Amino acid sequence: MAVYEHTYKPYLGKLTPEWNRFLVIPRHAFRDVFKSKLFTAFFVICFIPLLVEAILIYLHHNANALAILQVNVRELIPIDATFFQTFVNLQGSFAFFVALLVGPPLVARDLRNNALPLYLCRPFSRTEYVLGKMSVLLILLSTITWVPQLVLFLFQSYLEGARWFIDNLWIAAAIFIGSVIWILLLALLSQAISALVKWRVIASAALLGLFFIPSIFGEVINQLFYTRWGNIISLGALIKNVTAGLFGTFVRSSGQMVGFDGRMAREIIMNEPPLWASWFVLFLVCAACLALLSWKVKAYEVVR
Amino acid sequence: MALAETIQEQPTPRDSAGLRDPSNFAPVIDLNALSVQFGGRPILQSLQGELRGRAIGLLGPNGAGKTTLIHTLLGFHSPTSGTAHIFGQDITTDAKNIRSLVGYMPERDSYIAKMSAVRFVRLMGELSGLPPEAALERAHEALFYVGLGEARYRSLDTYSLGMKQLAKLAQALVHGPRLIFLDEPTNGLDPPARQRMIRLIREIRDSGKAHIVVSSHLLRDVEECCEEILILKDGRIAVYCNLEEERKANRKFLLLETRGDLEPFAAAVGALGCEYAVTGAARIKVVLQGEIEVRDIYRIAAEQNMQIRRLSYKRDSLEDIFLKAMENGHGSL
Repeated sequence: MAVYEHTYKPYLGKLTPEWNRFLVIPRHAFRDVFKSKLFTAFFVICFIPLLVEAILIYLHHNANALAILQVNVRELIPIDATFFQTFVNLQGSFAFFVALLVGPPLVARDLRNNALPLYLCRPFSRTEYVLGKMSVLLILLSTITWVPQLVLFLFQSYLEGARWFIDNLWIAAAIFIGSVIWILLLALLSQAISALVKWRVIASAALLGLFFIPSIFGEVINQLFYTRWGNIISLGALIKNVTAGLFGTFVRSSGQMVGFDGRMAREIIMNEPPLWASWFVLFLVCAACLALLSWKVKAYEVVR
Repeated sequence: MALAETIQEQPTPRDSAGLRDPSNFAPVIDLNALSVQFGGRPILQSLQGELRGRAIGLLGPNGAGKTTLIHTLLGFHSPTSGTAHIFGQDITTDAKNIRSLVGYMPERDSYIAKMSAVRFVRLMGELSGLPPEAALERAHEALFYVGLGEARYRSLDTYSLGMKQLAKLAQALVHGPRLIFLDEPTNGLDPPARQRMIRLIREIRDSGKAHIVVSSHLLRDVEECCEEILILKDGRIAVYCNLEEERKANRKFLLLETRGDLEPFAAAVGALGCEYAVTGAARIKVVLQGEIEVRDIYRIAAEQNMQIRRLSYKRDSLEDIFLKAMENGHGSL
């Protein structure tokens, strides 16, 4: 089928291996994603907290720099589990906005333009399609979450010594698992919403709403009933609880001073939902997203 | 099985005598009591037969099951019972292998938004397993081949309906499939674009390098580019025949315009052993069989007090075969 011949010609060359064919989708998607200058600028901003994190680690080990800045090392945030946990959650928040910008059109655009039969009439399964679309987010979000965080963990280990590395290896595991939970949840949620709502703007609004509206309701429940069980419907709070559990900083009970008539006050102990409940709800959300994707990602919908 | 290997198994493609004799080829599609139901409603019912043609027309009225048959063969729907084989591979167990051998041009407007045609076709090629460089090269070639060479860098969103149809054809060809399913390929095309599409289909057919299944409700399109036809009616095979052989077989074909009571006349013609089809209030088509001659028809007309106002010999057109199939119900393979 050479251009000059204008005849039909079969392809006789080698084929790519099947196992990594799903990566064709992110490769093409990244070209579109980084065409937007706004997105590229935001993506660069996502690395600023990591730069701050790197500077803080560096300052902890550089007496000259501290002397120049006239800062005592004790005034700096200690480099411990809480330090890394804070940045995991911070980068998770950035990841949410990246997912909000990139995720919604991924499947929605294909559904709107009936492109699914074109993908699925090839040696390319529905699972590979979903995996390919999710890889766009999984790769992008990994580059701003666990990958640089682990590099910074290694940087801290290098400066602190092998003993610190061995003693705190569990922090590296917590960084990885905590970030992956953020990434997986965001990727699944944005794909599921994208598959359900064919319009990008509505899908973005739905993703935003899914994170913030239940959080507001949860907080209302917390305030009305003097409890923390309202957090069970807040995705953000659930992830924070789970990451706190991973970093060993989860505190289930906390007190709150409640005033009466402006004269008396008493402390009420409020319990967060237990860790298993947070894990369970997140698992349910992920399972629901997968079920939704399985229902919607089809070459053709059969009208029964 | 690698595509390159499978292609080499084909018989000599440019042997024109071979092309005319479909028995030289193993069955392209082998239907084994294939049935499909949606929500308990039968859509395809026990389809049985071997399709061997180089270009097979899939015909039938709306809702006959043409598109469902193609979708089932592509593995989009699971058979309720029975199965089918494409190039000897089972559609239920070897779906992925089969999909590496076929190209599909869907009926509906299908494309990937915000992409140039060349990127779109390249992406489709890569998803079929072509390495990126080969996919890009073949995307250019495919787009030139279908006549979109000059417009290949334009976004698909800006394409006209006819151009989108051609882009869909290009993506179906990019990986060099052995079997190409074209679902209503001339839908929404103006006459020149339709002619171009038909010419392309005929070129691919005549190249001998791929089999084509054209699903259409436009008889003329199928007549122009297909050697064999499969007519579906209510999810069953009404007719499967070689168009040319069918025409030859029906050379003694009469078209009568009459005046009088047509029903007893038609019954008498039928009793004579002739096939017939009543195509209007006063029109009947008759196929003369064996030793029966035209004077026998005149004799019956006289006996039935029937005036024959016009008698003409006519070749059996696809329309006739189709109408006969719609009246008779079931044909055979």
